[in-house]
Amino acid sequence: MTNIANTSERAGGNLTAQALREGFYAGVISLGLFVLFVGLETTQNIRNELVINQRWGLLAIFVIVAAVGRFLSVAYLRPWAAARKASAAARPVDEEVSFFKRNFSKIAIVALLVYPPLMVMLFGVQGSLKWVDNFGIQILIYVMLAWGLNIVVGLAGLLDLGYVAFYAVGAYSYALLSQQFGFSFWVLLPLAGILAAFWGMILGFPVLRLKGDYLAIVTLAFGEIIRLVLINWTEVTKGTFGVSGIPKASVFGIWSFDVSAPNNFAKAFDLPMSSAYYKIFLFYLILALALLTAYVTIKLRRMPIGRAWEALREDEIACRSLGINTVTTKLTAFSIGAMFGGFAGSFFAVRQGFVSPESFVFLESAIILAIVVLGGMGSLVGIAIAAAVMVGGTELLREMTFLKAVFGPDFTPELYRMLIFGIAMVVVMVWKPRGFVGSREPTAFLKERKAVSGSFTKEGHG
Amino acid sequence: MATLTNVATNTATKTMTNDPILKVEHLSMRFGGLMAINDLSFEAHRGDITALIGPNGAGKTTVFNCVTGFYKPTMGMITMRQKGGKEFLLERMTDFEVNRDAKVARTFQNIRLFSGLTVLENLLVAQHNMLMKASGYTILGLLGFPTYKKAAGESVDIAKYWLEKANLIDRADDPAGDLPYGAQRRLEIARAMCTGPEFLCLDEPAAGLNPRESLTLNELLRSIRKDSGTSILLIEHDMSVVMEISDHVVVLEYGQKISDGTPDHVKNDPKVIAAYLGVEDDEVEEVIEEIEVIAENEGPQGGSHA
Repeated sequence: MTNIANTSERAGGNLTAQALREGFYAGVISLGLFVLFVGLETTQNIRNELVINQRWGLLAIFVIVAAVGRFLSVAYLRPWAAARKASAAARPVDEEVSFFKRNFSKIAIVALLVYPPLMVMLFGVQGSLKWVDNFGIQILIYVMLAWGLNIVVGLAGLLDLGYVAFYAVGAYSYALLSQQFGFSFWVLLPLAGILAAFWGMILGFPVLRLKGDYLAIVTLAFGEIIRLVLINWTEVTKGTFGVSGIPKASVFGIWSFDVSAPNNFAKAFDLPMSSAYYKIFLFYLILALALLTAYVTIKLRRMPIGRAWEALREDEIACRSLGINTVTTKLTAFSIGAMFGGFAGSFFAVRQGFVSPESFVFLESAIILAIVVLGGMGSLVGIAIAAAVMVGGTELLREMTFLKAVFGPDFTPELYRMLIFGIAMVVVMVWKPRGFVGSREPTAFLKERKAVSGSFTKEGHG
Repeated sequence: MATLTNVATNTATKTMTNDPILKVEHLSMRFGGLMAINDLSFEAHRGDITALIGPNGAGKTTVFNCVTGFYKPTMGMITMRQKGGKEFLLERMTDFEVNRDAKVARTFQNIRLFSGLTVLENLLVAQHNMLMKASGYTILGLLGFPTYKKAAGESVDIAKYWLEKANLIDRADDPAGDLPYGAQRRLEIARAMCTGPEFLCLDEPAAGLNPRESLTLNELLRSIRKDSGTSILLIEHDMSVVMEISDHVVVLEYGQKISDGTPDHVKNDPKVIAAYLGVEDDEVEEVIEEIEVIAENEGPQGGSHA
């Protein structure tokens, strides 16, 4: 970095000359690299002969991009970055945080509360479906799942790669129990949470002795076991066909969303029949569930158990020397994390009306974990932002029909979902290695609440 | 704090009375073929500062780990007798029970703080068991019962008391990992004291401290004994700390006790001198004579670096 700073201080002409030189070298190197890969192409012609196609134009584009890119980066981008860094260092530290930043969570909650009516006003009752369901509910499910996993991974520092298992337990508990016994959603929601918490403990017991990578592998295996049981126990779960016809939730039994029911919501208010009302109801339901998760997490962090989780993440041996029973501490983290997974699972079942093992593959666990890591382990706001960016971003890809005009009619942007997801993760991790919000809010303070920098907190190792 | 001051008045008279708080009998610890501790017996008396010294690899930290439940000894009995007369066999308890039930706290040779938590939070974590009970194992606390609020307030007061003692009150809201080394050592001791122990085990509390920091450490340890009546067992290499503050010194070499007594007694024990200076057995007599000559020349303080 020092030589960059030096160059920016010296005369501009010198810098341009250097940039030109480096741009030229970059062009030469890329020419050497790409002349055989890009410049020449072998294809089969009709008679099955290999012919060499020459693509000098494409090669020229590659070389020019490399050379010009290097030139711009050296001449403009680097001095700009250095200047920015210098000005950031010169700025006083105790800067007044803006009103928006201070009240971010309150503003966000209010925005979410007015989101469905706003969408109905903007796009009409039927048009709001996409925005409330595909974006709102989808993102909020992941926010809730990630907040639940955050208790296990972010606070207690136990790497759990099989979190989706508890999501599955919650979803199937609701699906099966509602069909077998006809219980309503409001009875089954807590029951699904309790069952998931129970399975969290079942997983917790054998893995208590494991740390780090070993723990991760066993939790991953647990996730797969649950999925395979769901596939193969066909008498109960109907295997890969899944359970369909799951009854809808009602507004505490007062209004129903079944079309035939006499207390149908739309009928009761003389509204035109639409599935949008049910979706809006589901939006508020998942919002309430997610906020409950956040509220409990915030409360628990200030309780001895929450502090013990974070202490466990920092140093397990020190915890034991202070008389903390690490076994029960870990088990509570597992079971409370699993409980929120179970809540989210039963919500998922009620939203889809159909559950099958396909919804609970390892990829889901990986996405939830990625959201937690991207957001910054332990930070609720960061995780919510990460979920919105990741899930919302991939949903947005479906909307980008204009890309078809650029890349041709066969181009389906959704297929590049995971690629973009991966690139985004790499970029964010390079840019912010501790996630969007890397610092940690202390749970108690004497004089002033100072955020703890991410460089002091540990990731946990078991 | 009323109970603490009560105890303080008694401690002065209690020193060196025959009231062992910790009794180690025939303790042996074997790691594979290595006998790390071999038939070690010693006592630590209530209200005393007992020092465990010895050359590197003598087995001091192993003794500590056996006493605090981190190792299960191969043989032997470790009895902890509380003020109320309740006895605990420490070798049968797991590490966290030793702290929770027997009231034995410890620190570590390589500092083990919760570096991402603030200094205050470190001390609150140490009061986990008390707060857990007060919060009705979290459930009553979540529902906002006043008992928990009261206990939480008290826990902050206890933390404040120890922060003031350890001279860390100004850094209370900083992350523990941000403190300088000497302050981290003091914080670890304060954190151990927040668990409300009757017996405090310190593993090299003065390691890496400069002479001035060693002095403040001495002050802290003395005031812990005086004000809270906690008995202390410490491992230490820094003889200025050991000879200055301890009432009773146990010397280990190759897992065996070679000397046991007051600092003055140990200082002049030929076996101890031989262990530290590493002479042949037949040369021990010579060395003793030399030491005596030096001691006469330097006066009573001389030879404390032996």
